[in-house]
Amino acid sequence: MQCDTPLTLKSGARLPGFELVFETYGTLNAAHSNAVLVCHALAGSHHVAGHYADDPENVGWWDNLVGPGKPLDTRKFFVVGVNNLGGCYGSTGPLSTRPGSDKRYGADFPLVTVEDWVAAQARLADHLGVDTWAAVIGGSLGGMQALEWSLQFPDRIRHAMVIASAPKLSAQNIAFNEVARQAIISDPDFHGGYYADHGVVPTRGLRLARMVGHITYLSDSQMAEKFGRQLRHGEHKFSYDVDFEIESYLRYQGNKFAGFFDANTYLMMTKALDYFDPAYRYGGHLASALARARARFFVASFTTDWRFAPARSREIVFALLHNRLRVVYAEIDCDAGHDSFLLDDQHYHALLRAYLGNIAV
Amino acid sequence: MTEYERRARAEQRERFDFAVIANWLSPGERVLDLGCGDGRLLRYLGETRDVTGYGVEIDHDSVLGCIRNGVDVIQMNIESGLQGFEDNSFDHVVISQALQTMHTTERILTEMLRVAAEAVVSFPNFAYRANRAAIADGHMPVSEDLPYDWFDTPNVRFFTIVDFEDLCARLEIEVRERLAFDEAGKEVADDPNLNGSLAFYRLGRKP
Repeated sequence: MQCDTPLTLKSGARLPGFELVFETYGTLNAAHSNAVLVCHALAGSHHVAGHYADDPENVGWWDNLVGPGKPLDTRKFFVVGVNNLGGCYGSTGPLSTRPGSDKRYGADFPLVTVEDWVAAQARLADHLGVDTWAAVIGGSLGGMQALEWSLQFPDRIRHAMVIASAPKLSAQNIAFNEVARQAIISDPDFHGGYYADHGVVPTRGLRLARMVGHITYLSDSQMAEKFGRQLRHGEHKFSYDVDFEIESYLRYQGNKFAGFFDANTYLMMTKALDYFDPAYRYGGHLASALARARARFFVASFTTDWRFAPARSREIVFALLHNRLRVVYAEIDCDAGHDSFLLDDQHYHALLRAYLGNIAV
Repeated sequence: MTEYERRARAEQRERFDFAVIANWLSPGERVLDLGCGDGRLLRYLGETRDVTGYGVEIDHDSVLGCIRNGVDVIQMNIESGLQGFEDNSFDHVVISQALQTMHTTERILTEMLRVAAEAVVSFPNFAYRANRAAIADGHMPVSEDLPYDWFDTPNVRFFTIVDFEDLCARLEIEVRERLAFDEAGKEVADDPNLNGSLAFYRLGRKP
């Protein structure tokens, strides 16, 4: 979607126009009442489900959830996946060429926030003829977008599904993000964000950033179960090469990520996370911030998620209760830490199926 | 009794229990139901009394049941209290045949009357005649209102009408109304601690 109406960002910067790439699954019904927006987290994209004919390996990041007969059933719902503004999968972002120039934005792309993403998504909703979403759903940073939808456009969202999320980051969360950012910024190939002009990519920084991130996505117990102290070579090598399997795993994840993700986008996404705090303008009082919401809420957390622990979701739940809003809250036993929201845990998916099944379209 | 008859009887009994509780609520109230199971009481109260509210449950399958029933549920452990729920934020807090499954009886009762001005409690009376007879006969009672074998019961607190009222007195909780029913569902007036199988209370804070 090409949007030619300028967008003023929360930072005060102004985008003259922008492009968003999106995918849809299922069919918008005659009443336009069955549309569901899926919001992605840090590294996600518009490619939510299925695979492309010419690229069978590239399966959508929430394919276990979205599809015919799946919990988010595309026979019932018209599902929309979008790459957020500032992303690196085709939407306008740091990799885009600046209007009236042949150079990429790079570090000059303005910082966009969760609020800006939602504002841009609303333009996409207009474009698709969706006046009101049946639901907006997301995990982690995606859950923040679902929450923000209920605040910025209370009348355009019937159900907000906020999974493994938080109403704002803790100091510890921000600290991890800052380590990730410093890893990228201090990479000699970063060039102040203008690496594209130098024909390089700060892969070392990106790799480190992703490694740190991955530690926070997994639970201690799951790491112990998956890797433990397993040795790569069956013995200690007394070197700084890979000894333990967990090292190999983190390096693999880091390398993979550094091969395709844009560093400026990563920096910006982590800042969007840091800045998100709907209660900020209300003296830190979340209940006051949520007073505007009208949607019904599905909030879920995972017991082993220490990045966005259950207590963070409960903050949202009790702020909703204060406002007498309808909410379902589930605390799911799943061993996989923060990443649980991406898995097809049987109980988790049964909850989603039950909730989505009751949404009238 | 056939399985069908047994189920029909249980459903009838349940509707009867629900009706007792519904009677004590005003239409359109805001209710919190502790240990709400699959949310059928709240659904019933919504349908018959236009009551809105939330259930609180710890059991995963029950939470799923609530969602299927379209009942708003909050999954949390209330043994340590009702943290997060604001003072006087509900018209009634109900605990229907679940108090006996929780350890921290005193805390829960106190918390109920923090969150609402009035609480509704129902529980099986351990001193009911048939239960006494079972004990006298050397066995833990299994009855209509205590339907579990001792080795798989979810109940962890076994108490009587008299015990409960003693505790209320100690906690300065006012008993505003009490109803007791025998196993046939008939209201009991005479010696409820002996003749009542199931007890219902409307409780408030002492003025």
